[in-house]
Amino acid sequence: MSTTTLSPPRAARRWRKPSVLPGFGLTFGFTLGWLSLIVLIPIAAIFLKAAGMGWSHFLEVGFSSRALSAYRLSFGTAAAAGLVNAVFGLLVAWVLVRYVFPGKAIISALVDLPFALPTAVAGIALTALYAPNGWVGQFLDPLGIKVAFTPLGITIALVFIGLPFVVRSVEPVLADLGKDVEEAAATLGATRSQTFLRVIFPAIAPALLTGFAMAFARGVGEYGSVIFISGNMPGKTEIAPLLIVTQLEQYAYEGATAIAVVMMLVSFTILLGINAVQAAGRKRMGA
Amino acid sequence: MIKVQNITKRFGDYAALHGIDLEIEDGEFIALLGPSGSGKTTLLRIIAGLEFQDSGEVFFNGDDVSTKKVADRQVGFVFQQYALFRHMTVAENVAFGLTVKKRRDRPSKAAIKERAEELLRLVQLEGLGQRYPGQLSGGQRQRVALARALAIEPKLLLLDEPFGALDAKVRKDLRRWLRDLHKQMGLTSIFVTHDQEEALELADRVVVMDHGKIEQIGTPEEIYMNPATPFVSHFVGETNRIAGNDGEIHFRPHDVDVVTEGGEAVLVDNVFRKGGWWRVEGVLAEAGLVVEFDVDAGFPQPSPGDTILIRPRRSRLFNPEKD
Repeated sequence: MSTTTLSPPRAARRWRKPSVLPGFGLTFGFTLGWLSLIVLIPIAAIFLKAAGMGWSHFLEVGFSSRALSAYRLSFGTAAAAGLVNAVFGLLVAWVLVRYVFPGKAIISALVDLPFALPTAVAGIALTALYAPNGWVGQFLDPLGIKVAFTPLGITIALVFIGLPFVVRSVEPVLADLGKDVEEAAATLGATRSQTFLRVIFPAIAPALLTGFAMAFARGVGEYGSVIFISGNMPGKTEIAPLLIVTQLEQYAYEGATAIAVVMMLVSFTILLGINAVQAAGRKRMGA
Repeated sequence: MIKVQNITKRFGDYAALHGIDLEIEDGEFIALLGPSGSGKTTLLRIIAGLEFQDSGEVFFNGDDVSTKKVADRQVGFVFQQYALFRHMTVAENVAFGLTVKKRRDRPSKAAIKERAEELLRLVQLEGLGQRYPGQLSGGQRQRVALARALAIEPKLLLLDEPFGALDAKVRKDLRRWLRDLHKQMGLTSIFVTHDQEEALELADRVVVMDHGKIEQIGTPEEIYMNPATPFVSHFVGETNRIAGNDGEIHFRPHDVDVVTEGGEAVLVDNVFRKGGWWRVEGVLAEAGLVVEFDVDAGFPQPSPGDTILIRPRRSRLFNPEKD
């Protein structure tokens, strides 16, 4: 009998490690195919279209002063709304996780409503409420606070749209945190605020950041609810998505794609940054 | 001295504790032993201040602490699931109790670091201070939890099923280690367990609880040899129960002699080796009751189907009308 040496699988040629979990090829292929169809190809098409317009034209349209103020408004209000949601969404999640009260199921379902409601409906309702003669607006107007047709109004619309993202990402983490960790902090002499700041908050911060990122991303792209409450004054209350639609209506397809490309790159960079922060945090905890 | 006086506690309709009285001397190591639902954890949590009693008082060295918050009671509490802060290193976990002190009571940063290292040495985790709890084994995590509890120099150490989540081998090692640590530190300690072996091995005195009441307080020897109630007799150690003329007769499997005449006939069902003994499971021919007893492994191994005559060497009679 001849002896054969069993050669180990040549490492250089294998870029994936052997795994007991089956189906990597199938699922990975499906993932790529699906992502391509739904996300990558449409995005690539936008870039292609923008590439066809030439560099100077791209800069001219994509970075016009009207476009620049639209970006500022879109990203600024989305960030502000994301922050507001981070604070109050955390509060809502806290109440939903920590307390038992009648009507809890209804409150919980209400949180998801912004997902389901046509955004235009939300926009119209909010405009009606916050217009100077609306139910809420009539009390704010004498105080000199204008909501509808200002960046503040846009922020309120985005807060409405983004709330579920924060609540739903924080809720499970908060529920998982366990009462015993808080009790442990208390037995060690920590006050309530010390317990929150040093024990609870760091534990839920990654989830809160996720919720913020999603609410922010949603806010940047939001169109339907904002156009009613913003007033759409170019350079003042005109959001970037609206600017894109305006361009489209004027058959300026290249201009629309130029603005879209800029928005996309900025959003992608911000989201990538947030993900990197989270990955670093996870690695630190070693779990 | 810790004194618990006439404590009652209800959760809705469910009476978790009724009228608990307990005195614990300085330096004692006490086990609260009972099945789940016996109220042992509730009692521990009330002593800690994590739960508040409906009536009754808790005294620490004569001071009524009944209304004092947990943060002000200066007790070390070790939780069953460790309850470590996952986002902090082991050293930060241990130092937590020192870093949350008010500024004027807080030791310097260097002193805190020193103290944390000292405690990690004490629990034999030297050099692991920079790890995160997620990177440690269960036994190591539990020792971190203990070091963290000791950092605040508690007057009283409370442990809730401290070995409950660990596997058998680690459990045994940690048990021995904890007993040594207690000897070394002399810190008054109370631990909750449902494992009678653990209670008998570790504690100076065992408090056996059932249905929110104390059944018996005594040294492990007293609890095992002279159980005060049928419950204690049955719950602590193995016990055969047979009906006698005047009540229930209890005897331990190892308190049985095999005799050649004048004993009770047992029809053997099953035999297996238990250390230096044959453990025999069989049925009392007369009463039809299942009994277990040990036969010295020097004897030939009995076989299923054999009939053996036995006589309990020691037994206890519990009269239900008297109890």
